[in-house]
Amino acid sequence: MAERSFAAEVQKLRLGAGDEFHGEGILAVTKALLQSGVSYVAGYQGAPISHLMDVLTDANDILRELGVRFEHSASEATAAATLAASVNYPLRGAVTFKSTVGTNVASDAIANLASGGVTGGALIIVGEDYGEGSSIMQERSHAFAMKSQVWLLDPRPNLPSIVDAVEKGFELSEASRTPVMLELRIRACHVHGSFIAKDNRRADFTLKDAIEQPRRDTERIALPPATYLHEQEKVTQRWPQALRFIQERGLNEFFAEDAQDFGIVLQGGLYNGVLRALELLGLADAFGNSRVPLYVLNVTYPLVDAEFTRFCAGKRAILIVEEGQPDFIEQAVNALLRKADVQTRVQGKDVLPMAGEYTGGVLLKGIARFVEQHAPALLEGRELPAAARPQLPAPTPKTIAIQDAASQVHGRPPSFCTGCPERPIFTAIKLIERELGPHHISCDIGCHLFSILPPFNLGATTMGYGLGWAGAAAFNTPETDKRTLAIMGDGGFWHNGLTSGVGNAVFNQSDNVLVVIDNGYSAATGGQDVLSSKADNLIRSTKHPIEKAVRGVGVDWVRTVDHTYSLERMRDALREALTTKTKGPKVIVASSECMLNKQRRIKPLTRKAIGEGRRVVRERFGVDPDTCTGDHSCIRLSGCPSLTIRDNPDPLRRDPVAAVVDSCVGCGLCGEAAHAAVLCPSFYRAEIINNPSRWDRFKQRVRERVIGFLQARIERRLAGLAA
Amino acid sequence: MNATLQPRAITIALLAMGGEGGGVLADWIVDLGEHNGYFAQTTSVPGVAQRTGATVYYLELFPRDAVPAGQAPVLALAPVPGELDVVVASELMEAGRALQRGLVTPERTTFIASTHRVYSMTERTAMADGRVDADKLLDGARAAAARLVTADFASLAEQAGGPIAPVLYGALAASGALPFTREQFEASIERGGVGVKASLKAFAAGHAAALAPAHEPVAPAPAVALGPRLAPLGERIEREFSAEARDILRHGVLRLADYQDLDYAAAYLDRLRPFKDEGELLQETARHLALWMSYEDAIRVADLKTRRSRFDRVAGEVRLAPAQMLQINEFMHPRVEEIADILPAGLGRWLLHTSWARGALGPFTRKGRVVRTSSLGGYLQLYAIASLRGLRRRSLRYEQEQARIEAWLGQVRRLAATHPSLALEVVRAQRLVKGYGDTHARGWRNFERLMATLPALENDERGAQRLQALARAALADENGRALDAALASS
Repeated sequence: MAERSFAAEVQKLRLGAGDEFHGEGILAVTKALLQSGVSYVAGYQGAPISHLMDVLTDANDILRELGVRFEHSASEATAAATLAASVNYPLRGAVTFKSTVGTNVASDAIANLASGGVTGGALIIVGEDYGEGSSIMQERSHAFAMKSQVWLLDPRPNLPSIVDAVEKGFELSEASRTPVMLELRIRACHVHGSFIAKDNRRADFTLKDAIEQPRRDTERIALPPATYLHEQEKVTQRWPQALRFIQERGLNEFFAEDAQDFGIVLQGGLYNGVLRALELLGLADAFGNSRVPLYVLNVTYPLVDAEFTRFCAGKRAILIVEEGQPDFIEQAVNALLRKADVQTRVQGKDVLPMAGEYTGGVLLKGIARFVEQHAPALLEGRELPAAARPQLPAPTPKTIAIQDAASQVHGRPPSFCTGCPERPIFTAIKLIERELGPHHISCDIGCHLFSILPPFNLGATTMGYGLGWAGAAAFNTPETDKRTLAIMGDGGFWHNGLTSGVGNAVFNQSDNVLVVIDNGYSAATGGQDVLSSKADNLIRSTKHPIEKAVRGVGVDWVRTVDHTYSLERMRDALREALTTKTKGPKVIVASSECMLNKQRRIKPLTRKAIGEGRRVVRERFGVDPDTCTGDHSCIRLSGCPSLTIRDNPDPLRRDPVAAVVDSCVGCGLCGEAAHAAVLCPSFYRAEIINNPSRWDRFKQRVRERVIGFLQARIERRLAGLAA
Repeated sequence: MNATLQPRAITIALLAMGGEGGGVLADWIVDLGEHNGYFAQTTSVPGVAQRTGATVYYLELFPRDAVPAGQAPVLALAPVPGELDVVVASELMEAGRALQRGLVTPERTTFIASTHRVYSMTERTAMADGRVDADKLLDGARAAAARLVTADFASLAEQAGGPIAPVLYGALAASGALPFTREQFEASIERGGVGVKASLKAFAAGHAAALAPAHEPVAPAPAVALGPRLAPLGERIEREFSAEARDILRHGVLRLADYQDLDYAAAYLDRLRPFKDEGELLQETARHLALWMSYEDAIRVADLKTRRSRFDRVAGEVRLAPAQMLQINEFMHPRVEEIADILPAGLGRWLLHTSWARGALGPFTRKGRVVRTSSLGGYLQLYAIASLRGLRRRSLRYEQEQARIEAWLGQVRRLAATHPSLALEVVRAQRLVKGYGDTHARGWRNFERLMATLPALENDERGAQRLQALARAALADENGRALDAALASS
């Protein structure tokens, strides 16, 4: 069950010709796929295209009606390989994943696909997770397009342009027999907008036709000698075919081409930001009417030499607005203009930063500098917008106050949710470190990677999804008895960790320890199901235990802890794994349901049960402020968002006390940690009984009598002390 | 300045944390715009927001009737610093983040910020008080905004029993920064269709708070009046001690009479007599001495946990409804040390040093225990322990703590005349000694290490600052690395 349900939104996918569609960019892409007559879609979830997968999941009925096969691929490599269906048959297909991490995983299949080329349109939709808020290393998908020679679309970030790019992308793919990559930046994926819909199309040639009348063509298979032919074909046939299509169909756009003797060349995805900068400089209006010539690259690979020489004709200089590094486009433009003997000056990374996201302020500053250099008169008579001013004015009391406030701000990175079942695993590791000293810890990708941040500060490296144990492979020597610890989530485990990590450890006779964090979902990407999910899934097969898989590849030492909140069990399992005399790979499967998903599942049920008058007990934790001394050890062992601090109500104390806020879900870690780490007696667990039974009421009456009597005695002792 | 004549987008940034409903708020504004003659666009980077991280939602609204036929506005996907009409911050440090990013400008920004704090991990994990200066954040907001609308919107949300988003939406409506009526705002909540009634109530609360005149929160005055049984001690305080310390002294005697008895409270005043004419030194010594003398042993903990006021406080904290029932379970982990603490001194020492006796207790102390105070058995256990108060003066821990207190006070008395500022820091170093079990042992160890440096510090004119720095280092980390480094360099 995914984090967000699109059950209502997917009805928009049924809109017909002329209807106006309102919604998120990623939903518009789905609609565009259906309008294009796709036969199959596959992908692997991950921001920013998780929603695309979730929409498709919720739209499965609509997809079936149209004869579209949708796959939750095991990995991005699986997804890319799925496009093999378009090699021999006129089938349109699309796959999607997060880039560049997913593109890395998929690149083997993409290279093979690109070598032989395709018959039906093949579209690779990548969510470019770059810049502010990105969760991955900063690289560009552009490099993959270049190395495998697949075409790269980077459309203007509005819904009509994105939808158009999907439709034209299939046509371009077919016209040039080449897979096409459609790059969507994170904000474009989540942009809310509208476009005029077309009817959905059922493919003329279907999967059934292909299966029943199989075809093969050895010239399309990536095996020598065909591969040598493929390389020639790429440059002599497919490339020129692509250039012709791009020009004839006007995929790239020109605005105000002759308005000045300088101009701006930009990636389509940056169009809105560039336009806003020009608007703020008084060089465009709010409707895209620019006074500066613009050449918008909706296709960023391949570049069309003829269009560049045309745009540069009569221009002294052009500014290339190209986000990220290396500056592939700028380098290529310099080369192509040199070859064409065009003397227009090429600027780009000299006025704009080489690295980092081109946010509104960055673009404004860079474009202002470029215009100042070439046509200062255009900017005369108006004050530059604040973000474009070269330096800060002299400090005033106001600016000092603002500075002081800004200096109070801490980073607020994401962390484990309230009640997360992964948190106690890391608390247990902290406690075991107190006993056995620190260990080398190799981390993986997933929510569990938050362990590297405070308060846990655990983990040394992360090498990629499912590569947690592989990342510790070298640390395997008989010269020490000390073992290393590796972490892997259930998502990474099924993605490739079973083979690259577990299988590898068995084969290479590792003596180290792996903790598989099994929370029942691919939680970090939005709570999608995986093979070992314990929930029923109508369209997928679940409930395949990780322990069985691990034993299946040859691990004999396996412990499953099915309640990670029990610190004692977790710590004992870790201690045993790290100290046992048994040689060979050791795997602990730490299994508790993702609390975010659990709450989403049980909250409505609980509300209903209370409404029906049934006895329901809710648990939550609390801290007694009068026994808490404000050391916050408990927070350093937990970091739960519900466990925070507040002003000390004690007039004699200054340090804030720990406090549990009402969002507490009563997971029990606070109490377990207080016990296991011998913290302090301040924690209590409150049980709130809704609809108490008669027996409850009877016990309560008896207690009230006795306890009430004794409490009155305490009060008598204290009477007259305070006024 | 023809720039103002050009139609342009209304720009709005929402700074929020995951789980606060920032997305819902953005959706309401989009719906509000689209139903009232505006193009609306919103974007965000939601991935990081899901897990309590900070994030920005960015919106633009553009009036449809200002768009020439056949054209469409080009709306930006990210804010440009200095070009925001409205900035909403769901929390005070997030308000600071808006300032840090240059989003708020005195030329045009209506800045709506909630004054409550959601503490950062750094603030929460500090070993003492690591909170940032909230006043500075608020001063900065005041300096940066064209118009500032603040209130504790989170507590309004709590009263309404829901998320903060509708409260902020109400404040946004009341601010008048957007060209829509209150009814139009409310209609978008109704069209949203989820939890409409609760959201409208929260909206109304936010709306009213935004219009209410701003008032500074009153600083809590810790004045206290003593009851008839403490009246004689109250008179002693008036008679013998300087005026500015009297409130703290009253708190002290009240604490110690509550903790033990009237004699104990009187002994407290006796101990403070040597400092009776001091200013800050008296106040700080009075505060720290009261805390030290009311050290937390099992008797004290049991006493506090069995009171009616405590039961009531828990009921309030969990918002117990009249139809619900409450059970309270305590997490205790008494070790042999804690048991020895409350035994008569000789017996306690014997227990600690007799391995077979320790071993015999082992099975009962190895694991933590959950005591249900709301049940008869659990309550009686704790009540019995609390009743040992009468024997406390003979206990091992009492003997130990009183000796430590005397040694500490002796140092303070000695230094008060010759090195007054150093004496003050010796007093304040008491804050290191707190907590239970290992935490307490660590604090005491650090305290002793600091006291051992006194002979050297007395000959150092910057001794007081040095001691203060050492105390800070002792509170910098759990494993004592910062203190090791500070001691090595001094």
